Amino acid sequence: MIKISKFLFLSLFVFAACTSDNGSGEEIGVIENSFDRKAMLANWADNIILPSFENFASSTQDLQEKTNSFTANPSDEKLLQLRSAYEKAYLDFQTVSMFEIGKAEQLNYRTFLNTYPADVSTIINEIESGDYNLTLPSTYNEQGFPALDFLINGLADSDQEIVSIYSSQEYKNYLTDVSNRINNLTIEVNASWQGNFRDNFVNNTSSSSTGSVDKFTNDYVLYFEKFLRSGKIGFPAGVFTGEPSPNNVEALYSQNLSKELYIKSVKSVQDFFNGKYYASSQTGLSYKQYLDYLDSMKDGQVLSNSINNQFNTILSQASNLNVSLKSQVQTNNTVMLQAFDELQKQIVLLKVDMMQALSISVDYVDSDGD
Amino acid sequence: MISGIKRYLNSYTEAAPLAVFRMFFGIMMLASIIRFWLNGWIEKLYISPKFFFSYYGFDWVKPLGDFTYLIFILCGLSAFFVAIGYKYRLFIISFFLSFTYIELMDKTTYLNHYYFISILSFLMIFLPANAYFSLDAWKDPKKAFQQIPAWCIDSLKFLLAIVYFYAGLAKLNSDWLLRAMPLKIWLPSKYDLPFLGDLMQQEWVHYAFSWSGMFYDLSIPFLLLWRKTRFLAFLLVVIFHVMTRVLFPIGMFPYVMIISALIFFSPKVHHNVLNKISNFFGIKKSKLDNARKLVYQPIKRKISLSVVAIFFFIQLLLPWRYLVYPGELFWTEEGYRFSWRVMLMEKAGYSQFKIVDRESGRRFYVDNSDFLTPFQEKQMSFQPDFIIQYAYFLADHFRKDGHKNIEVYVENYVALNGRKSAPYIDPELNLLNFDDSFKHKSFILPFQDEIKGL
Repeated sequence: MIKISKFLFLSLFVFAACTSDNGSGEEIGVIENSFDRKAMLANWADNIILPSFENFASSTQDLQEKTNSFTANPSDEKLLQLRSAYEKAYLDFQTVSMFEIGKAEQLNYRTFLNTYPADVSTIINEIESGDYNLTLPSTYNEQGFPALDFLINGLADSDQEIVSIYSSQEYKNYLTDVSNRINNLTIEVNASWQGNFRDNFVNNTSSSSTGSVDKFTNDYVLYFEKFLRSGKIGFPAGVFTGEPSPNNVEALYSQNLSKELYIKSVKSVQDFFNGKYYASSQTGLSYKQYLDYLDSMKDGQVLSNSINNQFNTILSQASNLNVSLKSQVQTNNTVMLQAFDELQKQIVLLKVDMMQALSISVDYVDSDGD
Repeated sequence: MISGIKRYLNSYTEAAPLAVFRMFFGIMMLASIIRFWLNGWIEKLYISPKFFFSYYGFDWVKPLGDFTYLIFILCGLSAFFVAIGYKYRLFIISFFLSFTYIELMDKTTYLNHYYFISILSFLMIFLPANAYFSLDAWKDPKKAFQQIPAWCIDSLKFLLAIVYFYAGLAKLNSDWLLRAMPLKIWLPSKYDLPFLGDLMQQEWVHYAFSWSGMFYDLSIPFLLLWRKTRFLAFLLVVIFHVMTRVLFPIGMFPYVMIISALIFFSPKVHHNVLNKISNFFGIKKSKLDNARKLVYQPIKRKISLSVVAIFFFIQLLLPWRYLVYPGELFWTEEGYRFSWRVMLMEKAGYSQFKIVDRESGRRFYVDNSDFLTPFQEKQMSFQPDFIIQYAYFLADHFRKDGHKNIEVYVENYVALNGRKSAPYIDPELNLLNFDDSFKHKSFILPFQDEIKGL
């Protein structure tokens, strides 16, 4: 008897030793009655994330070129061209901002590109002193799209005045540096997806908290909660302070861009949910299909429908918003608060229902369970 | 009957199983503490948070900043001395106190396993676990006994039996047995397990696991007690706990339970274990085999037996306290803890707190991440006693910030075992009008479904 129990113990510890905490990322075959997570990751990477970044990288390249041609020879016309490149890039940024994983996470990509409101007085000081280093974390709110917005829309009331400011070399330098930095960071992130990271991402099918599905889902929901709901709507509407603060809107100095950015962001998140290829109507595997697969084992309502319905409600509510969220906050903040409430309902569906259905635990809580 | 009990209380058995238990227990606890430390959890769970959720009546138990490490050191050292049986009574008491203190610091980290360790170490205070094969017995032959009262070992068996059997009873409900919940949520997410990953996608597997888990928990104490099935039962214990270890992030607990189940084996088996250990360390075991009987002084015996009897009385009744609360237990969680409801439900919530100025009507939402760690926020969002405690904390915080006439409301959604999320706390109620207590929390909205069973 002792012999057998010894054998048992031995096998127990061998078994235990083989079971690493982080899982091993075995490949999953395509089997009936099973959902292929690896195919989902591949769809995310190949049909959504990579093309979105490629497109965005060409926008930031264009942004940099338009900046150069403006600074080389400032004119009203060049300013308008730069502005439209900026608007295009800012809108395209909404299609990649949620992908803060891998290189982007490592670089603090989103924070460098889109921390608002910009710190205008510091920017002016730095332009005039010429003493700044945009790679420092302390300069998050002195660069990216919010700074660019200020530099091409907020420096003066009329375009003529803005153009005349750019006779100054210091201003040219700063504008160029901000544009270059947006483009360079994007090149870096794009290159890592074009390189090894795509395969690392797709092959990391582990079900643990370090697996791609788990990690990305946390990032995705976090984006929706903090950057979309709180950032674009909640902070300007003052939901966390009780004081509406119109100066906290995204693209503060642009006329009529903030609502468009908001809608673009919601649509990008919804398209991702449905596995919609970038700039195409074709769809592949994503959360919707994953949830439908898991739902097929359960009774009751289909969660993916509830989530899509809520996305549609958010978008139809958004049609009540003024094209400028700033003036919306100033004239009738209630509509902003309604937008917040609709986003809030979606967070419950994503963070509670969806994450429960997928059995994904909230961010890096790696302590023991019962 | 009475004479039967008397006869039983005067019966004696070998001390070896208790000695083996003491050693393994101490070693495992030491390992647990070291593992906890190495994982960085002391810092993460007890030092970096700004706010801690106290158990009712224990709000004086708080982490001590960097001195918290000292509690863990004390706990680890105590575990070590328990293992070698040095000044056993002193160190099992200090282990019990330090371990329990750690658990009481923040109920966010509550696990049935930790509770098990706490009450087990309490019970061990009253057991002569150093009578045999301990440093105490080695150094002082007067304290060495090879025979101890049978109840000393049986009380450990009884505690283990309670844990399993009550865990089994808790599974007798319609969610577990008829909907295979929450395993139907948990198992498919283990798609990447070698060999088992695809199996985990099968619905019949979810039901098979649910039902066999229930039968296992209810029957294992009896199978371990009966000599003829004991070996099979131990095999099942190993398989069951290794499975749970593979499937769930469950830490040291499976190993603790496997090792604890050894207590059911005969003294012969334990002597064999002790012989191996003696040979390895070059200990002359025969010196300890003195065949002496530990006969308690009448008063000491009376105290020990009374404490143990009251202890078990409480253990048997405590899990049933949920019956005095209205509503669905899984939903309200009133009487859920300390009842061996292990891995029984998948529950998650989301809560948005609203601070309102009663006079001006000014209102704003709270960003929970300003005050809570993600783990705390997660646990708070579906447990009403956390919610009320947090509401008071927020009120205090904003009062200090200069806000006046504060009212606290929460919009709170909870999803239970795969049901669609539903409103949990009445959003119209100012939480500051309620106190935390053992009374039913009337601010919880009713559960919109029914779970049948115990």
